[in-house]
Amino acid sequence: MKITMTLLAASALALSAGASLADGHERIEIDGVELILAAPAPDYVEHLDKVMSGWLFRSAETQALELDDFDNPAFVFIDKGIDLFNEVDGSEGKSCASCHEDVAEFAGLRASMPRVVDGKVQTMEDIVNDMRVNYMGAEPWKWSGGEMTSVVGLISLQSRGMPVDVKIDGDAAPFWERGKELYYTRVGQLDMACANCHEDNFGKMIRADRLSQGQINGFPTYRLKNAKLNSIHGRFKGCMKNIRAKPFKEGSEEFRALELYLASRGAGLSVESPSVRN
Amino acid sequence: MAKGVKPRVKVPKTAAAGDVITIKTLISHKMESGNRKDSDGNKIPRSIINRFTCDFNGENVIDITMEPAISTNPFFEFKAKVPESGEFKFTWYDDDGSVYEASKEIAVS
Repeated sequence: MKITMTLLAASALALSAGASLADGHERIEIDGVELILAAPAPDYVEHLDKVMSGWLFRSAETQALELDDFDNPAFVFIDKGIDLFNEVDGSEGKSCASCHEDVAEFAGLRASMPRVVDGKVQTMEDIVNDMRVNYMGAEPWKWSGGEMTSVVGLISLQSRGMPVDVKIDGDAAPFWERGKELYYTRVGQLDMACANCHEDNFGKMIRADRLSQGQINGFPTYRLKNAKLNSIHGRFKGCMKNIRAKPFKEGSEEFRALELYLASRGAGLSVESPSVRN
Repeated sequence: MAKGVKPRVKVPKTAAAGDVITIKTLISHKMESGNRKDSDGNKIPRSIINRFTCDFNGENVIDITMEPAISTNPFFEFKAKVPESGEFKFTWYDDDGSVYEASKEIAVS
């Protein structure tokens, strides 16, 4: 595997991270694929001029980890995902690969997720478990378990570099509105909404960490703090605990709606999975 | 054998004779230090990879003793001079006696 590392405009700017970033698109290249990590904000994101990937807010050392697929610790789990993809499980004697010969056929899927199917927000985790239960006759995996994040990571990787583009009109509109409402609703003992940190104060320090915009284009993401791949809903729970709120459940209606809304806030950014964060 | 152990190795495919090349290795392993306790307060027994070696055409390149303070998924990056074509062999030794192996060919012109 030939891995090239080209840091274009982003590197120098990234060091100074935060609101001071110059306008325009920031780009990086991983394994020959160009990723757009900052883009003009979509119209419906009223309070931001541009949307920025969490990569831009990280230290140079953490950023470098993501630029090389060997250095990126998430690929340990992607390798496990490949094994799981080919592993026969359940009463039907099938693996994922029995029907989906090449995982590359999922290119583009992650960029369009979550989506609304039959009046419900469908996530990557839903698709994997639906296949496991209904086609393989296997036990569903836990939402943020190691198997699930590895396989979701592997499938998401196929879309790396593609622009996030989720559908928010039609069927999806009420869920999107619900997600937006949640994003701006203050909760918990600290009485904070997502927006208080990730919209009003991104780029500033929160204790020893720099606040990002809370984009989800890089999930599942490898976090240095827990040395594993983290799911989107798992991260939401962590955020809610930090503001001393009672977290919603993984897979709950609330988190699904929030995932849809957050994905739409990252429209124009590239899918970056599996990203590396602290 | 510890669960989910998977070695990864990166060696350039080609090099010129006498070149100094960079080798990167990583093995997924939980590297349980033996100092932690589980939720019932019982000590979790130590389970780490205690030795890592790399050989080139039978000649030792690097031999590392590893201790419990080394964190999960140990990563090593080192340099080696390649006089001729051949094969790098990588070996990891687990506390429980398991041996994990990987090898990579390199063509030297």
